[in-house]
Amino acid sequence: MKCDIVLSGVGGQGILSIATVLGQAAVTNHLYLKQAETHGMSQRGGAVQSYLRLSDKEIFSDLIPAGEAQLILSVEPLESLRYLPFLSDEGYVITNTTPYVNIPDYPDVEKVMEAIRALPRVIAIDAEEVAREAGNVKASNMVMLGAASPFIELSAESLEEGIRAIFGRKGEEVVNLNLRAFRAGRAFANQKRND
Amino acid sequence: MTTKKLLLGVEAIGQGAIDGGISGVYAYPGTPSTEITEYIQENRTAIDRNIHRQWSANEKTAMEAALGMSYAGKRTLVCMKHVGLNVAADVFMNIAVTGINGGMVITVADDPSMHSSQNEQDTRYYGKFAMVPVFEPANQQEAYDMTQTGLELSEQWGIPVLLRITTRLAHSRSGVNLVPQPQPENGIRMPEDTMQFVLLPGNARKRYNHLLSSQTLFQKAADDSPYNRFEEGYDRSLGIVCCGIAYNYYRENFPARSPYPVVKIGQYPLPEKALIRLEAEVDEILVLEEGYPIVEEQLRGFYGRGRKILGRLDGTLPRAGELNPDLVAAALKLERSERAGIPSWLANRPPALCKGCGHHDTYKALNEVMEEHGRGKVFSDIGCYTLGALPPYNSIYSCVDMGASVTMAKGAADAGLFPSIAVIGDSTFTHSGITGLLDCVNEKSNVVLIIVDNESISMTGGQDSSAFGRLESICLGVGVDPAHLHVLEALPKNHEQMVQLLRQEIAWNGVSVIIPRRECIQKMARRKRG
Repeated sequence: MKCDIVLSGVGGQGILSIATVLGQAAVTNHLYLKQAETHGMSQRGGAVQSYLRLSDKEIFSDLIPAGEAQLILSVEPLESLRYLPFLSDEGYVITNTTPYVNIPDYPDVEKVMEAIRALPRVIAIDAEEVAREAGNVKASNMVMLGAASPFIELSAESLEEGIRAIFGRKGEEVVNLNLRAFRAGRAFANQKRND
Repeated sequence: MTTKKLLLGVEAIGQGAIDGGISGVYAYPGTPSTEITEYIQENRTAIDRNIHRQWSANEKTAMEAALGMSYAGKRTLVCMKHVGLNVAADVFMNIAVTGINGGMVITVADDPSMHSSQNEQDTRYYGKFAMVPVFEPANQQEAYDMTQTGLELSEQWGIPVLLRITTRLAHSRSGVNLVPQPQPENGIRMPEDTMQFVLLPGNARKRYNHLLSSQTLFQKAADDSPYNRFEEGYDRSLGIVCCGIAYNYYRENFPARSPYPVVKIGQYPLPEKALIRLEAEVDEILVLEEGYPIVEEQLRGFYGRGRKILGRLDGTLPRAGELNPDLVAAALKLERSERAGIPSWLANRPPALCKGCGHHDTYKALNEVMEEHGRGKVFSDIGCYTLGALPPYNSIYSCVDMGASVTMAKGAADAGLFPSIAVIGDSTFTHSGITGLLDCVNEKSNVVLIIVDNESISMTGGQDSSAFGRLESICLGVGVDPAHLHVLEALPKNHEQMVQLLRQEIAWNGVSVIIPRRECIQKMARRKRG
């Protein structure tokens, strides 16, 4: 088993909560893990990415080589396109469709969505909307993790266990919200995949 | 039974220092080194043992305090980013000569590609400059292990050691096996030689000779180090020298086994025996190192008459920037299929001031006033407020080193530039701006100093500012005229007042200090979340 994921978004959107849950699940499954994050200046509203690598064999590089990522998991549509050179030939792009506009030259949103729809394997999901239906817009990152989960060789159970471990100290209510968000995202992606 | 913990490279160093028996960590925040100290600050064992873990005013005061703790016989960790070592260079160069008592590891985090820095200087040069051993981990486990080895060996040798990491290892997470039994702290133990720390010339020469004669010891340690090793290969057309995490980028291209003989380096001075063997066995040598081509230069020599050395100097690899598996693949001439590109119209997303940050209010007022005086007359410094150099504000025209805004404004005023204005953060000011202000006061320089006070070291994550609640008294103590020291809240409703104050103080010939103050919006949000 080997799974390389590029997580992308904008500083402040909290992509690291997704990485933390995946990391927790990898640990309980006794997998090797490397996860490189962006700290520092870019966290002030700049483009941020995290390279997450899971494997049952020793992993060398903290960075993912070009063309080897099975997934680009982006919490922002424009950012999903920034890391395309990392995507493998069979790779999926899983992206949120809600734009985060904090730059004056943000391209036309329709143009961005067109480029995303033109990708061969893509799941585009309005994570905010799905999270709101699940109970709170704040859980949108777990919607994204759910939408990516059918493409990651980790059981839904172990990912849910990861969510419990990470959000546990915030109380049962927060855990349940994030579990609902995760399941809604997962159901959405499974449906799209079978369409 | 060993415990395995998921740790960032920086956290692994913090954990290694705790398990290696430190009694104190001394540091000033700076990306990518900040989280070493933060990890120790939040660690249960560190809290229970009451390990010293408060931030210092700057890297120099940090290293000096650590030296005092080492003098008393206890182990210490000092942490900083690469440019921080420039600030601490005075004490650093001299403690190589005095030596130390309790073990001391100086961790310096380099930032090749300048993700969050002003330059990409390579700390290994400082190691060579001071003639102290340098450790360079390839992964999180080595970062943890080397911190403990470094504390042990530095104490045994009576010499501080450098632990050099780079951004990628600092901020990448992986599983780390922890030692079952952490090392207990040392008790107070005075230096045996009462003259050891007295660098009067006669004694300094003696100590320097001691440092020189210790070099053979460091060389032997590097030759025997478990962090330096020779790996066999069947294809001897090429030999590879890998330093630190460059080893990972190399092996990523040959995960099963390397076809070429490899010398993996994690401890300096360079392991002579392994390198001489490599030189004898292969036709050409490719040097893979993160940062400057320091090893490549040494292997190549001045005349370059030995084996052909490939690396950053001959263009096999880019001269600047961090390495990655793809650059290494290209250097090895490995075939890679064409990848999809990034759409050409994709906008960049640079960092920006947070919505609601008080710096917006300062720059809006400053821009309005400076319209009357033309561009280029505002010097600035290092912090979140440096983002004022970018659109939409384009307010400031310098960012060089900590505190330089104050003294550059002074020098420009000396040259006759009017007005001459400095914008500096509260923590940058206490780090290295106070002495510059003293120069201004002594000469009654015609400058306006704007200390943008967000009561926090914000760019690195909201650490406590050492000037908190004391900025005015510091300025007055340095000798600023109370009539020309003004504090106001950085809020849109105070725009007119700020404009007015700026005009008034620009018009006055002398040193003025204006402090627009409002708590960092990120810190406030964190405080409210609890």
